[in-house]
Amino acid sequence: MDGFIHQIFSGIATGGIYASVALALVMIYQSTHHVNFAQGEMATFSTFIAYTLIQAGVPYWVALAATFVISFAMGVAIERIFLRPMANAPELSSVGVFIGLLLIYTSVSGWIFGYTIKTFPTPFDTGHPMLGGYVSGHELGATAVTLVMLVSIYAFFRFTRLGLAMRAAAYNPVSSRLVGVRVGWMLALGWGLAAGIGSIAGCMVAPIVFLDPNMMAGILLYAFAGALLGGITNPLGAVLGGFAVGVIENIGGAYLVGTELKLTMALVIIIAVLTVKPSGLLGKTVQSRV
Amino acid sequence: MTAGTRAPTLLKPAITPMAAGGVLVGLVLAIGAAFFFSNYHLFQLTMVVVYAIAILGLSIVTGFNGQISLGHGAFYAIGAYVTAILMDKWDIPYFYTLPVSALVCACVGFLIGLPALRLGGLYLALTTFALAVAIPQLLKHKLLEDFTGGVQGIVILKPDPPFGLPINSDQWLYLFTLGVGCVMFLLAWNLLRGRIGRAMRAIRDRAVAAEAMGIDIAMLKTRTFAVSAMFTGIAGSLGAIAVQFVAPDSFTVFVSIDLFVGMIVGGAASIFGAVFGAFFIQFVPNLADEVSKAAPGAVRGMILIVFLYLAPAGMAGLTRMAIRRLRRPKTTGA
Repeated sequence: MDGFIHQIFSGIATGGIYASVALALVMIYQSTHHVNFAQGEMATFSTFIAYTLIQAGVPYWVALAATFVISFAMGVAIERIFLRPMANAPELSSVGVFIGLLLIYTSVSGWIFGYTIKTFPTPFDTGHPMLGGYVSGHELGATAVTLVMLVSIYAFFRFTRLGLAMRAAAYNPVSSRLVGVRVGWMLALGWGLAAGIGSIAGCMVAPIVFLDPNMMAGILLYAFAGALLGGITNPLGAVLGGFAVGVIENIGGAYLVGTELKLTMALVIIIAVLTVKPSGLLGKTVQSRV
Repeated sequence: MTAGTRAPTLLKPAITPMAAGGVLVGLVLAIGAAFFFSNYHLFQLTMVVVYAIAILGLSIVTGFNGQISLGHGAFYAIGAYVTAILMDKWDIPYFYTLPVSALVCACVGFLIGLPALRLGGLYLALTTFALAVAIPQLLKHKLLEDFTGGVQGIVILKPDPPFGLPINSDQWLYLFTLGVGCVMFLLAWNLLRGRIGRAMRAIRDRAVAAEAMGIDIAMLKTRTFAVSAMFTGIAGSLGAIAVQFVAPDSFTVFVSIDLFVGMIVGGAASIFGAVFGAFFIQFVPNLADEVSKAAPGAVRGMILIVFLYLAPAGMAGLTRMAIRRLRRPKTTGA
């Protein structure tokens, strides 16, 4: 029983990371109907930046904040340079651009920072197990950081003018433009925010899985699964889905299929959701005009 | 994709003397290559043929039918493993493994194609991407270890030339692969130029209109997926024979991505684009190495993006445009 509770807790901890990446995916999907296949690689690159800063002696939290800002800027730049010209291109072209970005990011990460596996520092006390030994200090801290981030993003979208404008731009670009929202910039900001969220998620997961250029490949898959499970049209659903996938993954890995098939479980979740309830648990069914 | 802007030809397109001549010259050059190149270069050319078949498979489902697959590396891997296991465990001659692997891959493709029916473009891309990421883990799994050899993989032997032909085994392997390649291309050409090919493109361009015209979309889409998986699976078999080795870590998600990049660069909805694409993925990593020793992947990514912006119909589209320009009667100044 203790083992079971432990699996649930560490599932929630990794689930928080999937939830963040899932949220980043959903934000981009909602505003542009693109699925960013390079999301994981972008986050890995940001994590490398944080690693370099910390190695250079910058205090952890300053480095994390700086990484967020740098990633934000990169996200905005990518939207402006690569995605803007593709706004009305066929789906195959936009998928192609994301695959191109994925190749560029993995290879540049490996080129600048090397392919050796690195241990990433954690600011949390890892010596003492917390909550009666069910969860490590880092897991607890990472969950807290993830939750703070998710709540602030919610507050940003709910209570600020800019957040409102971004929601409007995603919901109805034409009308938003008519009332004076600069839709193009809102999309770019969305990209920046998604890249920033990804960077934090990367820094939170790196102490657990170690840092190398392919660190996020699996995580992206779980995030996809989470986003689909919760409903890819619903940010809250994506977050809940991310947590759920973390728990399912841990319990399934411990009791059902073994750790070797964890990634396959993500694949099974994806296929199951898409065949049984394609709109996800909280998403709305999309009807298209013919 | 962009080929959709081309007016659909309702009759089977006639074979122009020029096209026939081009194919013939290409074939003669390809066969002649067997006797002029070193064994290493022949191996590279063998892999070009292998990739061409694999990309052709991908382009049937993605380029012609509009179902975006980012996971064809999985079918490539399955084909390779079927051949390796049959040759290693049961000593089945290499040429008999091809039909088996074609059948297995077609079945798997059909099964994947079924849920794919419910998935619009991006969801399918996502699911197949997940398949591609998960496949090395599946191949490593201990339940399959007796067959797949786990992480170690399987080593197979290079086949000798039959009938006492006076050529070495590399030359024979190249010619054999080339022969299979020709058959596959002929099949694809025949499939795509006729009624079924038109129906596939109709689904890609206007699914609703296609349905209204009496095309059974579900049936055709799953069958297309199966055929496409079969092509790529056969390529995987040939690739395994050529490399003489299969292991889970040779079939990472980057195989699928390479095939995708090759398809786009060659021209997504073009049969001959597959050949361009195959040359691209076989030789450009080496060239990219020379451009930037450190980040060849970045060079490939940049080339991919540049093609999407400037030549979305790929090399095949560029060639078509060049030919049209050359043949156009000079009307300037008139």
